[in-house]
Amino acid sequence: MSSEVADSAEAPALAPAADPGFLQRFGGSIEYILIPGAALLAALAVFGGFVALFGKNPLDLYFYMYQGAFGTWFSWQNTLTRAAPLILTALCTALPAQLGMVIIGGEGALLIGALSATAAALMLSSAPPLVVQLAMVCAGMIGGGLWIMLAGGLRQYRGVNETISSLLLVYIALAVLNHLVEGAMRDPASLNKPSTREIGAVNMIGSIPGTDVHWGLVFGLVAAVAAYVLIYHTVFGFAARVAGGNVRAARIVGLDVGRLVLTVCFIAGACAGLAGMVEVAAVQGRANANLAAGYGFTGILVAFLARQNPLAIIPVAVLLGGISASGGLLQRRLGLPDASVLVLQGIIFVAVLGSDALYGRLRFLKAGS
Amino acid sequence: MADGTIGLWTVPLAVFGGAIRVSTPFLFVSLGECITERSGRINLGLEGTLVMGAMSAYGISYLTGSPWLGVLAAGIAGALLGALHAGICSLPRVNDIAVGIALMLFGTGLAFYLGKPLIEPTAPRLPAIDFGWWSDIAQVRAALRINVLFLLGLVLAPLLYWAFRTTRWGLLIRTAGESSDAARAMGYSVLAIRLRATMVGGFLAGIGGSFLSLFYPGSWNEGLSSGQGITAVALVIFARWDPMLCLWASLAFGGAAALGPALQSVGVTSGYHLFNAAPYILTLAIMIITCSPKRTLTGAPAELSITR
Repeated sequence: MSSEVADSAEAPALAPAADPGFLQRFGGSIEYILIPGAALLAALAVFGGFVALFGKNPLDLYFYMYQGAFGTWFSWQNTLTRAAPLILTALCTALPAQLGMVIIGGEGALLIGALSATAAALMLSSAPPLVVQLAMVCAGMIGGGLWIMLAGGLRQYRGVNETISSLLLVYIALAVLNHLVEGAMRDPASLNKPSTREIGAVNMIGSIPGTDVHWGLVFGLVAAVAAYVLIYHTVFGFAARVAGGNVRAARIVGLDVGRLVLTVCFIAGACAGLAGMVEVAAVQGRANANLAAGYGFTGILVAFLARQNPLAIIPVAVLLGGISASGGLLQRRLGLPDASVLVLQGIIFVAVLGSDALYGRLRFLKAGS
Repeated sequence: MADGTIGLWTVPLAVFGGAIRVSTPFLFVSLGECITERSGRINLGLEGTLVMGAMSAYGISYLTGSPWLGVLAAGIAGALLGALHAGICSLPRVNDIAVGIALMLFGTGLAFYLGKPLIEPTAPRLPAIDFGWWSDIAQVRAALRINVLFLLGLVLAPLLYWAFRTTRWGLLIRTAGESSDAARAMGYSVLAIRLRATMVGGFLAGIGGSFLSLFYPGSWNEGLSSGQGITAVALVIFARWDPMLCLWASLAFGGAAALGPALQSVGVTSGYHLFNAAPYILTLAIMIITCSPKRTLTGAPAELSITR
């Protein structure tokens, strides 16, 4: 960690070469790339030291991570497939963050979304595929949206801390999933692993032509761009950011803060619910406990690393998707446990939050001072 | 009765026994979090600390053969994670809630990583004191086998209550939590006080984790803790930052968490997963009832970021 910090501190020597006008205009944006980037490198360095403690060569680690994430077309497809739900679950944290709320229950909304989408597909099993798929999208988004809206509503109208309530709702969602999958919705033929009936091959959303990457990636990209436009280029988004900055000021100018909170939380949950729908309709084909794969929790990290900016979420989700895609290769080639991806994610998260202290302190980015 | 079966009485008895058995991790985590939050900082990472504590306790107990060394190791691991939390939070403009979430992921990941080789072997477990010797009924005896850690927690709660009111350290922690300016004016470093409070909180949460792997359920696996840590953090809020109320709330939670297994033992299996979610539903329900958007909670430390 310290080496990268030292790098940024030594950099002023290079600064005079840069055009001060350029720095004045873009210094702030550069900061938003440089600091999380440095934190990421620092985290990779710490993780390299960590695996070195267990007798593995860090250079091998970096090589296999690159190979497993971006080395071949196959690993790229694996990475992008994992990035799709991460974009959507990250939006579940990033959108409420505009209102100053810390929602960490994306995993719960994903599970409820997946469950609602499966239920919709099973109910409409004789309808044409397009109708079934549309119904799944709607059901998934509504299910997930209501789930997070519950956390938002409790915060707004009962003063219940939304961070804790949204996390509790994850465990409740998991219980609801297990309850239905082993009870009312269980396919009697699924013996070892209780699951619902399959939604049927014709109803699966399939892959983008020419790739093995499913359409969920496009859903994610569209959602991220739409969220960006909503937050930064609409009156609604402006109102949300005003309320996030200062609730009292928002009330004075006549904004209905309660409605803002509920709407934003609904949209956020709908994104995570859509991720659940995608996992069912493009990967699993049915609902079972496999759905709780931790995309919701990694999404929190993606949102924080992207500094809650919907557009920045896209590259960060690809990066984190790459890290999780490389987990298999690390397991096979280096004999690292599958939890090593979790450790690295934890280190990255800690490093990124610690790097918050650096904003506005990099002297070489302040032109003329 | 004669053949040792007690029919439906099994359920309340198992809930009672469960309240004592299951409540211990809740109790230790909530007492630890109580100390941390009283100093004006919230550590949501105790979920990770709990898992890390469970893993370290199991590992050390297996390697040394002494479960008590395992408990100590769990405490130290927890204190180190607490120090990491406090260290990052002392940097300017760092949000303690976010750091807590990060450490929740980090602690769990690290425990899973280091704990991989520990899933197979069996480590020596903590002893229990048999308070049920007077009874012939197996269920009564099972319910009254009480672990020493629970008794320790039972003593710790009133001790902390007393310490917060009367000792110098208790006053300092409360001052840091109520007004960091006042503590600073008295010449104390708020960051140093919070560092120690977070480390002690982590130490206790680690011990809570050691109970999970060394007594009940009594083995190490990756599904060991499912939200007990975060539930305990929520529990502190409706216990109004009062150690004695933390004790009663933990007991209530233990009882709620024991409901599912207890009902299963008498053949009610239909809502098993829903009954397992009882502690989370209970937490949410109590938070809904006791919180209010109009006023800050009574007893809340004024410096705490979630109540400000």
